[in-house]
Amino acid sequence: MNRITNHQLYRLIAAHFAEIIREPAVLFWGIVFPILMAWGLGIAFTQKGETHLKMAIVKTITASDTLKETKLAVYLLTNGTKKDNTYSIVLKNEKLGDVNLTFFETSWANAFKMLKKGQVSLIVEDKPDDTKYHFDPANAEAKTAYQLMSNLSSYGSAFYNANQSCIEPLTLKGTRYVDFLIPGLLAMGIMMSCSWGISYTIIDRRSKKLLRRMVATPMRKSNFLLALITARFTMNVAEAALLFLFAWLYFGTSVQGSWPALIALFIAGNIAFSGISILISSHTANPEIGNGIINALVTPMMVVSGIFFSYHNFPDWTIPIIQYLPLTMIADSFRSIFNEGAGFLDVWREALVLTSIGTVSFILGLKIFKWY
Amino acid sequence: MTELDYIVDVRNVKKSFKDVQAVKGVSLRIEQGEFLALLGPNGAGKTTLVEMIEGIQHPDEGEIFIEGKQWKNHQHELHQLIGLSLQETRFMDKLTAYETMRLFASFYKLDSRRVDEVFKLIGLEEKKKSYVNNLSGGQRQRLALGVAVLNKPKILLLDEPTTGLDPNARHEIWNILLDLKKEQNTSLLLTSHYMEEAEYLCDRIVIMDQGTILAGGTLEEILKIGGHRSLDELFITLTGRHIYE
Repeated sequence: MNRITNHQLYRLIAAHFAEIIREPAVLFWGIVFPILMAWGLGIAFTQKGETHLKMAIVKTITASDTLKETKLAVYLLTNGTKKDNTYSIVLKNEKLGDVNLTFFETSWANAFKMLKKGQVSLIVEDKPDDTKYHFDPANAEAKTAYQLMSNLSSYGSAFYNANQSCIEPLTLKGTRYVDFLIPGLLAMGIMMSCSWGISYTIIDRRSKKLLRRMVATPMRKSNFLLALITARFTMNVAEAALLFLFAWLYFGTSVQGSWPALIALFIAGNIAFSGISILISSHTANPEIGNGIINALVTPMMVVSGIFFSYHNFPDWTIPIIQYLPLTMIADSFRSIFNEGAGFLDVWREALVLTSIGTVSFILGLKIFKWY
Repeated sequence: MTELDYIVDVRNVKKSFKDVQAVKGVSLRIEQGEFLALLGPNGAGKTTLVEMIEGIQHPDEGEIFIEGKQWKNHQHELHQLIGLSLQETRFMDKLTAYETMRLFASFYKLDSRRVDEVFKLIGLEEKKKSYVNNLSGGQRQRLALGVAVLNKPKILLLDEPTTGLDPNARHEIWNILLDLKKEQNTSLLLTSHYMEEAEYLCDRIVIMDQGTILAGGTLEEILKIGGHRSLDELFITLTGRHIYE
């Protein structure tokens, strides 16, 4: 036992691990924060519940008008409710969930102010004999509001509950937003944990001259890096396990495909980002530059790799590039294992590519690595 | 005295960085058990010279022997012979002093007995369980010194080991070093801004400026140059500057 505890690799792993777990902030950002994010986003996009759409209504009655009230206002007063300057109406539907439409009666100037602040998504110009809609067609929420309003004015509120037999709501596991989200968060956890935990630690210790002090001893350089990667990997396993445990207990998330394939891919993802992290931290001793380099690596991938929303919204020519980003490969493969029942045969290519990226980056990083 | 009696033997070493010639042909010898101070203002070339002896920089010209061996072919053996303390090294904040020492001990395949001995030597036994970031400046320097002497080095290279410490903490470090000299016949190469450190500790003093050695010898010997009363006066005459500039 003494031989093991006196060994430099054991001591290095223990030191790196102690540094991680003795820092409460590290535990918060590594473990608690991803769970909070899964919980928040999972709740926000999964619960069917009610939808709320808010609009501004501007009444235009000129002297030549013979009627004293506007068209939509008359309809809302008959079918909905009015309190102060606010009209509301509820469109009921058991399968789609209810929609609450709220209209704030106001002036043009104020209506534009509310639109700019995002308080409303659409302005209704209401006249005694006509109604016009002012909105940005690129705004999906405004478009939905317009279509609902357009149908409402043509067919009345019953349209929303018509043809119910053709709607089959999917509540199967694997098709909910949270099923899309959890594998993505697990993939992102690997990237974030490696890039900050490995790269930043190396840059910080280089800047404090600790690396230089260590290589002035008979320490094996490879042991230092191996220990750093091992401690980080252990932490990543704990972080992923806790996030999965939460998702399993709270959202009923389950792995429909192969567990060995999932584990192999998890290891391959860790190898990929450990290698990349060594490469990007191989030179600089300035933590601020390091900060920039790490952000330049992780931010674009976080945006385009489809962690929170599908990357198929990006232009077609970008898709083949996005699909070969390490983070996308991990997230896509995780999703196919979690939700589509994929096995080892479906993801071995990704696992191989990720392992190769990690190995090549590691070797390259080690070749140009500056210890002082 | 044969060449092998010198623990450090620097022969006509030169080193340039881009346009700056940092060390311009320096020769220096340190005997076993000898304490040598390297004094010089900032930019004198002290650190470059010490880094070449440490094996971190390679000379453009000239040779360096440590116990008759060169860095090129004897890296592993030379790491075992040398102990060093760098200016401003910061150990891992969240490790205890004891864990830090055990970590460095493991690089030399040493066990907890040697670690306990060193804690006694540096008088930091009551702080074993304190995190490094909770130690005072003086305690951190003693820890750095402890790490430097773990492997019972034949030569200690200390880069400004007492800079920023109060007089008490400085004296504590000096006493540890003198004990080491008495008990283990350790050699020391020390760079310093403090004249009294050189006077109190060292057998020989070497004054460097602009990459060359301006004077070297025992305190009495070098004071005879120009009949100066103090090292401060001599330093100003030789370099035209105060040492702390």
